[in-house]
Amino acid sequence: MFDPMPWLILSPLIWATLAFVHGPGRGGRLAVACLILQLSLAAILAQQVIAGGVRMYAVGGWGAPLGIDLMADGLSTVMLLLTQTIVLPLAFYARAYFVGHANSLRYFWPLTGYLLAAMNALFLSSDVFNIYVTLELLGLAAVGLVALVGGAGPITAAMRYLLATLLGSSAYLLGVALLYGVYGSVSLVALKPLIAADAPATVSLAAALMLLGLMLKTALFPFHFWLPPAHGGAPAPVSALLSALVIKASFYLILRLWFDLFAPIVSITAAQLLGALGAGAILWGSFLALRQTHLKMLVAYSTVAQVGYLFLLFPLATGMSAEVAESAWQGGVLQVVAHGLAKAAMFAAAGAMITATGRDEISGIAGVATRIPLTLFAFALAGVTIMGLPPSGGFAAKWLLLGAALASEQWWWIVVMVVGGLLSAAYVFKVLRQAFLPVEETASFQLLPRMLEWPILLLALASLVLGLVGIEVLSLLGAA
Amino acid sequence: MNFNETLPLLVLLSSLLPGLIIFALPDERHGLRSLINMVGSTLQLLLIVYMLRGVMHGEEYIYHFTILPGLDLVFKADALAMLFVPLSAALWFLTTLYAIGYLEGSPHRNRFFGFFSLCVTATIGVAMAGNLFTFFVFYELLTLSTYPLVVHRGTEQAMRAGQVYLTYTLGGGALLLVGIVWLYGLAGQVEFTHGGVLAVLWPEYTSQLRVIFFLLIAGLGVKAALVPLHGWLPLAMVAPAPVSALLHAVAVVKAGVFGIVRVVYDVYGVEFSQSLHLLMPLAVMASVTIIWGSLRALFQDDLKRRLAYSTISQVSYIALGVAIFGPMATVGGVVHLVHQGIMKITLFFCAGNYAETLGVHKISEMDGVGRRMPWTTAAFTVGAFGMIGLPPLAGFISKWYLGLGALEAQMPWVIAILLASSLLNAAYFLPVLYRAWFQPRTEAWPEEQIPMQNGRETAWLLLVPPLATAVATMLVGLFASSTLSPLTWAKMIAAREYLYWMP
Repeated sequence: MFDPMPWLILSPLIWATLAFVHGPGRGGRLAVACLILQLSLAAILAQQVIAGGVRMYAVGGWGAPLGIDLMADGLSTVMLLLTQTIVLPLAFYARAYFVGHANSLRYFWPLTGYLLAAMNALFLSSDVFNIYVTLELLGLAAVGLVALVGGAGPITAAMRYLLATLLGSSAYLLGVALLYGVYGSVSLVALKPLIAADAPATVSLAAALMLLGLMLKTALFPFHFWLPPAHGGAPAPVSALLSALVIKASFYLILRLWFDLFAPIVSITAAQLLGALGAGAILWGSFLALRQTHLKMLVAYSTVAQVGYLFLLFPLATGMSAEVAESAWQGGVLQVVAHGLAKAAMFAAAGAMITATGRDEISGIAGVATRIPLTLFAFALAGVTIMGLPPSGGFAAKWLLLGAALASEQWWWIVVMVVGGLLSAAYVFKVLRQAFLPVEETASFQLLPRMLEWPILLLALASLVLGLVGIEVLSLLGAA
Repeated sequence: MNFNETLPLLVLLSSLLPGLIIFALPDERHGLRSLINMVGSTLQLLLIVYMLRGVMHGEEYIYHFTILPGLDLVFKADALAMLFVPLSAALWFLTTLYAIGYLEGSPHRNRFFGFFSLCVTATIGVAMAGNLFTFFVFYELLTLSTYPLVVHRGTEQAMRAGQVYLTYTLGGGALLLVGIVWLYGLAGQVEFTHGGVLAVLWPEYTSQLRVIFFLLIAGLGVKAALVPLHGWLPLAMVAPAPVSALLHAVAVVKAGVFGIVRVVYDVYGVEFSQSLHLLMPLAVMASVTIIWGSLRALFQDDLKRRLAYSTISQVSYIALGVAIFGPMATVGGVVHLVHQGIMKITLFFCAGNYAETLGVHKISEMDGVGRRMPWTTAAFTVGAFGMIGLPPLAGFISKWYLGLGALEAQMPWVIAILLASSLLNAAYFLPVLYRAWFQPRTEAWPEEQIPMQNGRETAWLLLVPPLATAVATMLVGLFASSTLSPLTWAKMIAAREYLYWMP
């Protein structure tokens, strides 16, 4: 049977290198073609996983413990599918966005390719050391993308981002070293029974280090300091990639570690702590988003807030009945998917509005409703998901999380979710309201190419339709 | 999927698709846009007529679609839905005609009509929702699709009204969501069923059920404008007249109160609600709203604001009818869902005509409009008399049954409320009529935009809709006992909610 797993990693590596050699013009076309291919590969993999459960692939015929195993289960397939689905429209968008910025575009395709290869490899890795390697690669590619346009602001943001991401991966690596010291293995499959059998205090320390490192990379409150300047300062297609996908990669690892590897040793207290940080992120992030005067910073702080929802999954799923835990787990993963699609659309829309008006303040986008209604419509649709209103993917996620919170009688998380939802409505409508205001006569306005607008709408619609087809995603997630 | 399953979807699509197409049309394509609107609207009416016949003959129209495990979107055309759906569709038809005339020459019309169609789709969705989840989906969609209509003019005042509107409705929506999720946790997925479905949870979950009821009513009460949750409604008056007309007659406030009807009758069950002592607080809240709204209406000089407070008061008749235990009150409340709609939309159409034709916005400017615009004023008079409850108009039928219901339930104080409210209605409507018909005009009109032509007081498109609804106000009252009247339909609904009662 044809195995798409290695090709999902090789394909972006190949087109990234070729794009570097051939320059942005041909590189961009090649990237789009390969991304279409990758999306089909991910779809094939999804069908295989649904039909036959978890899939393993031994790289070069050498399996663990000597060689490297690739593994795809429901969760990793969902993430792979999500990644390719988001990157493809963004590639079209980027081609239109970078017109006239040949210099930025020169490095955009290679860096994006390496980023994508690292991310796909991360989702397919089945040992903690390999994961470290992919994590490091991912971080470096992402930092490169933030610094893409150059200039003092982006470089400072990139340096800060670099520092955070290196710190995060070092903490993670230290944890891996400790695990290896105790058990002499780095394979997820091999480690799991060992940890379940006997876990000395060192293992708890390792777990804490690994999780802390990943939390830093996910920008969970109070480690979010690096995110707004990096995501808000980067060019719009990059912001979209980072906010929609890169932070989800480290969150994916937290999920893996928490519910799989360290499941025997995690405690309800730790889960409540994670939830509390998530609640802090929701409230503080939304509050700060509401205070922003610049469009992309608002969207970036919204990411800080939305990451918080993801962490509510831990107190809702840890130590609860199987039914509640499942509902919370499904809600959390749906939130990852919904937020990924919506935030990509939102950043892309913000970039389009800024391009059209030539101003990056929120006060500058008056009149957008009449001039580029399609983009604003896409922004609003994405906003519906961010606010968690029906019939969006964000709503389906929130429904499941609320249900889990009610069933486990943890009403405090309900309050957080409801207040967070209202705050997010406040900041989304802060933008929409401005867009409906009449235009100043003096304002100049640039028409947008079609390829800058339609990919945004596509992403936004996907986040909305997810609310109606959530059951398909869940059936893939549950495939084992 | 057979035809009976697709029919509810087709009804939704017949207003959704025109909306989406209109968004995509350029603003200048007036003719095509109006055509699409009218085709969609007519098609919807035809489909509904077909469904009405079916429902009368015992056909079932149910559509299921699973979204998440244990979570279905359900559309169901039951008797209660088929009271609300035709009302929405018919009034959408008239309001679209009216809006085409009203907005002639103003900018951003494709946006307006697009959201207008979405708003109607949401209302029809609310009406046909077969369970609370589906109801909620469309309830929130209604909020989102009406916001752009409220802020349509883009003035500072409109933006502020929009903000208040959102704050109230999204806040209410959040409460409603928590209530619904909680209920799903307790009872699982339950469809709206005559007589309610929650009685099985008694007595174990009594206190939880009370809290949930409170959450649901608070969430729905925002849109139904129950005092003290009514603050958004008078502000939302800045919207263009067709929007106000639709908002007050069918869309927003009706969605709220329709939700209350559903919760009491088809989720909790009226008998079970009564046994949990939930109805009395609701009755008191509704009564306070009736009196408070009328009192505030007395002191408004702005015609649309007076009508807005009047809506607050009148919509609570429906809530009151629901809250009084007994089939007669149910008939009164449920039938008022339709009656209030056609009366109030008449009044708003007329208010829009005065503003659009003569620039008259305030009651103090209305001296002598009756002579300048006799047809509009006649329609206004019918609407106002209906509101006051003069026989044989629509409002009288509602009040009559409410009164009978109050007696049946041995709640004589409700009669006092009804009398007081009718007096107050007279007190705030009769002076308007007096000025319009009997005061002579001494000065020029504030801003005469549409001159008198060949004895025609204003544009045709502005004149026909209020006349049509005024005639309807008289017909539903005069022919209340015919088999096709809303009253007969309401009696059929009551008969299904109270198992022991024969009409």
